[in-house]
Amino acid sequence: MARSVTTGHKAIATAGAWIVALLIFFPILYTIITSFKSETEAIAGFDLIPSFTTESYAEVQSQYNYFKPFLNSVLLSVGSTVIALAIAIPAAWSMAFSPTRRTKDILMWMLSTKMMPAVAVLFPMYIIFRDLGLLDSRIGLMIMLTMINLPIVVWMLYTYFREIPGEILEAARMDGASLWNEIVYVLTPMAVPGIASTMLLNIILAWNEAFWTIRLTTTDAAPLTAFISSFSSPQGLFWAKLSAASTLAIAPILIMGWFSQKQLVRGLTFGAVK
Amino acid sequence: MKLNTLILSLCGASAFAFAAHAQSITIATVNNGDMIRMQKLTDDFTAKNPDIQLNWVTLEENVLRERVTTDIATKGGQYDVMTIGTYEVPIWAKQNWLLPLDNLGADYDVDDIIPAIRGGLSADGKLYAAPFYGESSFIMYRTDLMEKAGLTMPDAPTWEFVADAARKMTDRANDINGICLRGKAGWGENMAFLTATSNSFGARWFDEQWKPQFDQPEWKQTLEFYVNLMKDAGPAGASSNGFNENLALFQQGKCGMWIDATVAASFVSNPKDSTVADKVGYALAPDNGLGKRGNWLWAWSLAIPAGTQKAEAAQKFVAWATSKAYLDLVASKEGWANVPPGTRTSLYNNPEYQKAAPFAKMTLDSINAADPTNPTVKPVPYTGVQFVAIPEFQGLGTTVGQLFSAALAGQMLVDDALKQAQDAATATMQEGGYIQ
Repeated sequence: MARSVTTGHKAIATAGAWIVALLIFFPILYTIITSFKSETEAIAGFDLIPSFTTESYAEVQSQYNYFKPFLNSVLLSVGSTVIALAIAIPAAWSMAFSPTRRTKDILMWMLSTKMMPAVAVLFPMYIIFRDLGLLDSRIGLMIMLTMINLPIVVWMLYTYFREIPGEILEAARMDGASLWNEIVYVLTPMAVPGIASTMLLNIILAWNEAFWTIRLTTTDAAPLTAFISSFSSPQGLFWAKLSAASTLAIAPILIMGWFSQKQLVRGLTFGAVK
Repeated sequence: MKLNTLILSLCGASAFAFAAHAQSITIATVNNGDMIRMQKLTDDFTAKNPDIQLNWVTLEENVLRERVTTDIATKGGQYDVMTIGTYEVPIWAKQNWLLPLDNLGADYDVDDIIPAIRGGLSADGKLYAAPFYGESSFIMYRTDLMEKAGLTMPDAPTWEFVADAARKMTDRANDINGICLRGKAGWGENMAFLTATSNSFGARWFDEQWKPQFDQPEWKQTLEFYVNLMKDAGPAGASSNGFNENLALFQQGKCGMWIDATVAASFVSNPKDSTVADKVGYALAPDNGLGKRGNWLWAWSLAIPAGTQKAEAAQKFVAWATSKAYLDLVASKEGWANVPPGTRTSLYNNPEYQKAAPFAKMTLDSINAADPTNPTVKPVPYTGVQFVAIPEFQGLGTTVGQLFSAALAGQMLVDDALKQAQDAATATMQEGGYIQ
């Protein structure tokens, strides 16, 4: 009897999870479906069965070169992630293993920068970028994306490092390990899954960032977000073309997310259940 | 061997010299058919100007407006040519943000630009942007449904006739709406249509002292007429419909009439996309016998920001893209029906264009019927037919558009929408220092 109740609960939970997952995934699915419709079909109303035309993909390819913004997206997301990790790992290590009275305040202050609407600092940032000659440059945008995502990266790593028992590090020290050996041979192997999931999430966030990547670029550094934006038309039907451009833009990150979902879930849920 | 080395060196040196001499200009533009076509035809320009390379930045309209405003206000220098509309030109010219276009070449023929469009792109008698394509608004109607309703559309109908025809053409059982009009909130969406319509009802945004006028009877007549007409003869969910949504409805045969941009005529009469391509007639936007019609005036135009370092190359490009020769180029490559409309008088005198575009005469008549310096019946302190050319209008127009869209959706009474519009406009004008 007890077994059947458990099975019933499991079935309900599974069905619920599927429904929630489908609801979350549906906008992406509908974008993909719309990309295979004609423009007239796309705007006609809700319909899950497209005519399976690839004309929108052909038009997108004929209008713009996909490769350049794709390359920029890869460079910007990976580059900003590497810089963010280089800054965040020592910062999170320090806060996790040598906390001070102000550690919590610093963490809250870092998070508070995420609460400010980006548009509020658009003009000052634009002027700074102009004066430093960083407008439409990959390095400028990498710095911007690093700054945007750094609070999340520090927080994630800090949470992860806090789960590593301090006694293990103490034992290593008692065995005569130097600080360098302690970090390289003890801490790092234990933290690799957390760093990996943080890195993956940061790449996704940087890949999808649209406010600054559209506003601080023109041609040389414009990534896929700018590529998508260019297909919206004030006069003329564009839903199918826009969907095709979006599908092309999200495909690489969807594939990456699919293959790394185990690490992502592990990183995101780490410490949630003790 | 020596000869080969010499030739290679010369080639390398010339390539280097060319690269050193060549300059690139960056053009910010919107994504529409005419602009995309221009990008595909730029080989003609680069062949004639091998020392100039073109970089294109295509953006969504609102993002483009925000980006170029940010860049021009901060003198960012990211763009050498900008695509802007008749709303921005007088405001930006006044701020000295744009270079006057006084060096477009001897064969440019600036006098050929349609006077109404030229007036909308000039300040203090100087041209600050060259029109790439221009438009007004007019009625597109289904000739078969009009005939079925037992009516004949005059070339210059009244609102009374249009409302009567819309109600008679409505056939809910067959999913046919008598009239499709913009309802989506936005200063360039429903407020473009409603401001132009209000002109024909004698309404105005502000009096000569910049006092908002939404508390006047003309605005109440305009909004009540619009809401009632759409309730009786408009499509379901009209408060979400803008240009593209109504275009799709008309192309699918679901609208008896559609009053919108003249540029839509080429879409609805194109048999590739439109199911009613052979059943479309055109008429001037309606009036109420007060001397003003409910049509607007707009031109997507190319302007050069004052901060550019490449003004000469930018002027060369603007002159090429807006010249008579460019119209001939498009006609030779893609046919006269695809030539960007609404900019040059000579195009409308061209028999080949008249033959390819049956809506040509009505388009020109509509453009000529709009007067941006004297848009409505009573005197006003502003320019602009479907907008008010002041910096505050984008925000205010969208706020009022949201109120009127809510009235259309039945979420708000007409009186309440007008009251809140009056309050919002008063607050905006006080903040801007126009009134005390």
